[in-house]
Amino acid sequence: MAREIAILGAGMHPWGKWGRNFVEYGVKAAQDALKEAGVEWKDIQFVSGGDTVRNGYPGYVAGATFAQALGWTGARVASSYGACASGAQAIDNACAQIQAGFCDVALVVGADSTPKGFLAPQGGDRPTDPDWLRFRLLGATNPTYFALCARRRMDLYGATDRDFAKVKVKNARHGLNNPYARYKKEVTEDEVLASPMVSDPLRLLEICATSDGGAALVLSSMEFARKRTTNPVTITAVSTTTPRFPNTIIEMPNFSTDSAAAVAPPKLTFKDSIAARAYEEAGVDPSDINLAEVYDLSSALELDWYEHIGLCKPGEAERMLNDGDTTIGGRVPVNPSGGLACFGEAVPAQAIAQVCELTWQLRGQADGRQVEGARLGVTVNQGLFGHGSSVIVKH
Amino acid sequence: MTQQGLKSAIATKPGGKPQKPAVENWFRADPEPHLLGSQCSACKTYFFPRETFYCKNPDCTGTEFQEIEFSRTGTLWSYTNGCYKPPPPFVATDPFEPYTLAAVELAKEQIVILGQVAGGAGVDDLKVGMTMELVIETLFEDDEFEHTVWKWKPVTG
Repeated sequence: MAREIAILGAGMHPWGKWGRNFVEYGVKAAQDALKEAGVEWKDIQFVSGGDTVRNGYPGYVAGATFAQALGWTGARVASSYGACASGAQAIDNACAQIQAGFCDVALVVGADSTPKGFLAPQGGDRPTDPDWLRFRLLGATNPTYFALCARRRMDLYGATDRDFAKVKVKNARHGLNNPYARYKKEVTEDEVLASPMVSDPLRLLEICATSDGGAALVLSSMEFARKRTTNPVTITAVSTTTPRFPNTIIEMPNFSTDSAAAVAPPKLTFKDSIAARAYEEAGVDPSDINLAEVYDLSSALELDWYEHIGLCKPGEAERMLNDGDTTIGGRVPVNPSGGLACFGEAVPAQAIAQVCELTWQLRGQADGRQVEGARLGVTVNQGLFGHGSSVIVKH
Repeated sequence: MTQQGLKSAIATKPGGKPQKPAVENWFRADPEPHLLGSQCSACKTYFFPRETFYCKNPDCTGTEFQEIEFSRTGTLWSYTNGCYKPPPPFVATDPFEPYTLAAVELAKEQIVILGQVAGGAGVDDLKVGMTMELVIETLFEDDEFEHTVWKWKPVTG
């Protein structure tokens, strides 16, 4: 079913390492989004929260936590968890409520407060949890999975260390003027290549940090929006697709792929299917896309996404990057916000932040990083345990 | 694990601490090292770690599985290393020593399986496409045991 959901307001709390309660970041982002929308908090009928698993019980019931923090109004709530894709799940739930006619206007909020260093599994002795076991038996941190993909690119397509470094250089430049970015500093290829190796071939400056941050959206039916604005930015598709069996590319936190011995692999790999489902739902083609926000957990993964979302064919991402196609001013700028390279990851806020950025870009309000004349954007993201996330935003 | 099962899983190296698998029933050291997976009796799909309850193939409703010793050699699909100490429950040496990881594709089972790389081999010793062999090595030691795990070893020559 085609969707048309209005984005009335977007808001964010700057990413950083602020050391405060995640609820504060969410409340600030929500207040900004409500202000932009010209909607009173008391008029919100549905609150859709993206959960965090690092902040105790309030994080598991994020929808209620933010509703209580903003002042109970009797609004309905939902709380979604899909790892890095939690924000997209929260957006999807809000859109579904609006489309079903259960509410006219909804608030989506995600926020996180993260400790320094590697994201770690939950504590305790849990030998039946693959997320615990991968650390115990392998020492397979998140960056090691990113690095397996990076090494594969080098082997298959001849990608080089320098190609990967260029992604970081580009994104650092994009994020320089973004008031919500955590890192606002240019870097050179040589500085990237001189930074310490974390998981070969990926270096410290090529792997996204863990951050504090919050993002929010006010979404509504088109009918509700028309009373307030003449030409709102809209969401025309949300893909929260999961893999199809057998999933033959190794995924975090698994020990293995599915076996393809008895059943042939699907036509599209999981990562290829994420945006493809969104394009299909929105009735658009990858060649229609003017800009993209993709999940650059590592520099090399950004290049993978160019191909997975159909901006180019497999093996052509390095050429796209080197030709400047994905730089602001190029054919289809990728991560004009600066991406995770400039933000670090605040897990449940990240997929929402991608949509905030596209909203401001499509309205022409992205000061200092504006993609001129953009009309159609795509976000893509993936959460461990098989959570796809892709949103099409149109103006 | 039953007391009897525990005894059978523990082997003692001459002069060393007894060895104990770091995870139960995922691999076997004797008579030769093998990963222990399973195969659905209905659709013949392989699983590692083993599936024993319900087949994960959406076109299959199989509930019977055979234990399978997986192939001992495969092809290196990709590899990396860990240059920084991972958080617990990883048990790190002190001082911390970087470790190498390999993703190895088994031809018969058509599956890619992760493992640490054996024998202290580093990323410079590896190349995508090379043959890797399964071995059982120590993962970490505590006061009582040498805890063992499967690792992938590059086959040279």
